[in-house]
Amino acid sequence: MRTLFPRLAALVPTLLLPATALQAAPAPADWEAVLDEARGQAVYWYAWAGEQRTNDYIDWVAGQVEEQFDIALTHVKVGDTSEAVSRVLAEKQAGNHDDGNVDLIWINGENFAAMKANELLFGPFAETLPNFALTHPEHNPEVVTDFTLPTEGYESPWGRAQITFYYDSHELRGDSQEVAAPPQDIHALLAWAEANPGRFTYPRIPDFTGSTFLKQALIELTDEHEALYAPVAESDFAAITAPLWDYLDALHPHLWRSGRQFPATGPEMRSLMGNGELALAFTFTPSEPAAAVADFELPESTRSYVPESGTLGNVHFVAIPYNSPHKAGAMVVADFLLSPEAQAHKQDLDVWGDRTVLDLARLDDQSRDLFTLDDSNPAMLPAGALQKTLPEPHPSWMTALQDAWQARYIGD
Amino acid sequence: MATDHPRDEGSLMLRLAPVLIVILLVAPILAGLTMALLPAFGYLPALGGERLSLDPWRALFAEPGIWRSAAISLASGLLATAISLAVVLLFLAAASGSRLDRWIRRLVSPLLSIPHAAAAFGLAFLIAPSGLVARLASPGLTGWERPPDLLIVHDPWGLSLIAGLVIKEIPFLLLMSLAALPQLDTERRVAMARSLGYRPTLAWWKVVAPSLYPLIRLPVFAVIAYASSVVDVAMILGPTLPPTLAVSILTWFSDPDLETRFLASAGAILQLGVTATALMIWWALERLVARLMRGWVIRGGRRRGEASLHIAGKLWVVLVTVIAFAGIAGLAIHSVAGFWRFPDLLPTSATLAHWARALPALAGPIASTALVAVASTLIAAALALAALENEQRSGRHPSRALWLLYLPLIVPQIAFLFGLVVVMEQLGTRPTHALVTFGHLLFVLPYVFLSLSEAYRRFDPRWSRLALTLGASRNGAFWRVRLPMLLAPILTAVAVGLAVSIGQYLPTQLLAGGRVTTVTTEAVSLAAGNNRRVIGVWALVQACLPLVGFIIAIGLPKLLWSNRRGMQGAP
Amino acid sequence: MNATHRLQLRDICISLEGQTLVELDAEIGPGEVLTVMGPSGSGKSTLLAYLAGFLAPAFQARGRVLLDGRDISGLPAERRGIGLLFQDPLLFPHLSVAGNLRFGMPRAGANKTARVEQALGNIGLAGFGARDPATLSGGQKARVALMRLLLSAPCAVLLDEPFSKLDTHLRHEMRRLVFDRLHEAGLPSLLVTHDREDAEEAGGRVIELAH
Repeated sequence: MRTLFPRLAALVPTLLLPATALQAAPAPADWEAVLDEARGQAVYWYAWAGEQRTNDYIDWVAGQVEEQFDIALTHVKVGDTSEAVSRVLAEKQAGNHDDGNVDLIWINGENFAAMKANELLFGPFAETLPNFALTHPEHNPEVVTDFTLPTEGYESPWGRAQITFYYDSHELRGDSQEVAAPPQDIHALLAWAEANPGRFTYPRIPDFTGSTFLKQALIELTDEHEALYAPVAESDFAAITAPLWDYLDALHPHLWRSGRQFPATGPEMRSLMGNGELALAFTFTPSEPAAAVADFELPESTRSYVPESGTLGNVHFVAIPYNSPHKAGAMVVADFLLSPEAQAHKQDLDVWGDRTVLDLARLDDQSRDLFTLDDSNPAMLPAGALQKTLPEPHPSWMTALQDAWQARYIGD
Repeated sequence: MATDHPRDEGSLMLRLAPVLIVILLVAPILAGLTMALLPAFGYLPALGGERLSLDPWRALFAEPGIWRSAAISLASGLLATAISLAVVLLFLAAASGSRLDRWIRRLVSPLLSIPHAAAAFGLAFLIAPSGLVARLASPGLTGWERPPDLLIVHDPWGLSLIAGLVIKEIPFLLLMSLAALPQLDTERRVAMARSLGYRPTLAWWKVVAPSLYPLIRLPVFAVIAYASSVVDVAMILGPTLPPTLAVSILTWFSDPDLETRFLASAGAILQLGVTATALMIWWALERLVARLMRGWVIRGGRRRGEASLHIAGKLWVVLVTVIAFAGIAGLAIHSVAGFWRFPDLLPTSATLAHWARALPALAGPIASTALVAVASTLIAAALALAALENEQRSGRHPSRALWLLYLPLIVPQIAFLFGLVVVMEQLGTRPTHALVTFGHLLFVLPYVFLSLSEAYRRFDPRWSRLALTLGASRNGAFWRVRLPMLLAPILTAVAVGLAVSIGQYLPTQLLAGGRVTTVTTEAVSLAAGNNRRVIGVWALVQACLPLVGFIIAIGLPKLLWSNRRGMQGAP
Repeated sequence: MNATHRLQLRDICISLEGQTLVELDAEIGPGEVLTVMGPSGSGKSTLLAYLAGFLAPAFQARGRVLLDGRDISGLPAERRGIGLLFQDPLLFPHLSVAGNLRFGMPRAGANKTARVEQALGNIGLAGFGARDPATLSGGQKARVALMRLLLSAPCAVLLDEPFSKLDTHLRHEMRRLVFDRLHEAGLPSLLVTHDREDAEEAGGRVIELAH
């Protein structure tokens, strides 16, 4: 009886409460209670696994939260974040409202917008995480804004991305007629591609790196910037995007495979660089080229730069599905990801190289020292290169651009 | 009364086995198809689809390139099957038991065990513009200083996809044919035709091929269904703008815009239609070829074409075998490559860093892979043996319902697996190793049954009768005579089962929801990173695992029966 | 080895789809051999399958088989106590020679190893116990098969053209050996053959099945 009674007692609230999203959720404000509840939980984190370095970092996080909080973190490896979204959806469809498989998702942009709109997320929780204050959201609005949408505490930031171009300096300086200096804006890129046919490309839409390239080009080509930061339905899509399609029509014949084929992902584009098929490429992770040099994927003559026009940048987050049975554990992991320790380890070029979302001014000196960048690596961006960050348009633009691109360039 | 067969202990279990098999295979597929069919017509209450409509179909047909996707799926399915079948028949016709033939047969079995994804990666590394072939010929022959801007892998016509499928389907059809041939008394037939003046290869085509085809017809259908709906190989080698239908469906199903679910379900049903169309076209072609063949066979030509048929028979199969093994060698080189500039034939340096990095991550997936593969294969082998033993004891002909075994091989995976996930969710199952094992069983069981049934049914019934008249019980006759004497084919079936389980991508990924990672799901998800070195490591591990099963299957009987000449080369 | 057994076949009639194949009424005493002769297709093998308990479900059979007065026609093959000698020696290829001999010996029997050794000596194969059966000559295999049958201690024996595949000189020798041993053991035997010499050497009654 002694062991049975607490179990029965634990059942009672579940039976009495209406089935709401918050039914078994801990109150985020009482952090001690959250830590207590998290102890011993198994947290399944659905995260994109296309990069060995990212996977290794998540492995390290798993070791740390096991040791510090007694949480068993499992990295569920997905090829695309949308797989996790559709899994939560399948569970909702099947009426599984409190015992889902997904506890934590690495997410941003249109995936977040879709989950939030369909009420698939738990929250608000982010702003109550103890380490969240270190991001100093009042000064850094990007940590509470995801593709123009306010996050409203439904996701917690953990890293930053910005489009960064890279090239093989050995190739660009070579005997060919290639332009010695890499292009510094979208118009120069077209000229460069005409001079170097087949040596540049972008990932196939709807890959997120490829889609980001479309947005980058659109921002540089249109004058109607304000329209991009409101839902696409509020403006004349065809008129605003006309210069983009003219540009792409002009660019495609000079791309790799004459624009009849595109690499599937950013990493595939990187491997084309490694094979010598491309001479110029870009990534969403500024440290990626330097990391790839260390992994023998790119030549040591690789160099990175941010064009003078500035490039799109965004913050990536973690979110908790409404039906996660381990919300406390997931919150503790989200908080750990924001700790100076975890953020500094993540930024270490030997580990991953993903930039921190913390506001270094908020840290004590000792913690701040952890973030000192080593800029001796020639493949790394020079310090201060990431100043010119363009904000992401409203997520509806991403979807609209993807659809329009596919309608225009698929199967003709 | 004398005809009433006595039942002993365990016979109830035996009689249940065929029923159990049919339920295990049919119920999940029907349930999964239903849950694809309803949303395809707009019914999905969780997403607000409360009444039937044709909107999903309108959306599907408005998708850019949808017809081209469907056409490529259809064409690549048919062409890959036709080419594979032709190469297999050409080889069998030209095979004369020479040393080369024996070598080819020996090399083909391990090819069967290599998972599709690993073989596809191997081919891609070989034929890509910066692949081994281009490096071998550059810059000497081609003058290429950098990789040529050629559309080879992912070509819009799906030729690389077809090539990748052919490499994997030839071993399958060849082994199926080799299993069927002993029934046909090939040597006597050919000898008879030769005595009538026919050259040997022509003789085979005229007197053996027409009887062989009906015996391998169902495996051929399975190849058509597989090739027209494959996901992993199409992702690695297939066209991209648009991709094949199955790949598109996978993208739609995981689209963050949840409305796309309806469209995806309609796509799944369309895939079912595409595969059915491919099967019907094949069926019509069968008729046509049969008619043409009949004329050719009785026309009485005895010599013309012999030489070219003979050469083609050797050439194609050797070419395919060499390509497959070169691909695996390419994987191995990439897995230890330092930086590798084009057109260097070999990397500038070799490093074990990729292996060292992957090693700690390998243990978990390998253990999961082994657990699921061994569990599903053992269950499958037990069920198959029980059903076959029941067939022997009752003295009845193979139950007609057993053709349902082919259902999981003929209904495209992508058409019913998503629906099955929803059903499983509704039943409240958790994604565990057990659920994945159940999912694998759907595909392992048919292959185990098919590779076992021939040997089991051909087994001389006098052995068991002898054992019974010597006083052994029916179970005793099974355990002491049938099982040990059939050890070699049983182990082969087990090895096939293990290989099938190890190669499963979609069922593992969907039913496990990522919680159970196998070497295959890991390899495919790392493929998104497109790091050839990492892919080299994982694909190599993936290719080697099933080999362990085959080595045991071949080695164990040799070891056990080293002192029993009568068991060497047993059935 | 001199038990006395008696096999009675009472009004046996086997038919297929209403057509009668075999009709037989006979009695075989201890040590006697009844030979059933007939061309192929005359129902000889159907009769053997029926007596041994392997008749396919498609056939209908009437009548009774009495072994030592007990009706065995409803019993499963392994409980009938009827031994069978085939055309081929059918030595289990996965067992040694001794393993083959032991296969049919009643589980409870004591001192099996010694009895196997003695039996091998009896047929001139002393010391062959550990051998792989595949290494024996045709005649040696046939002798092992006979000895395996006898060691399984049957109450009656069915012989299915057991000499038809032997060389001429061996055939004579094996007939003598088989019939002598069966007689010695006092076993009622039913021999099915189409070779008249078999019938003559068996020495017992001959029934011709005509069709």
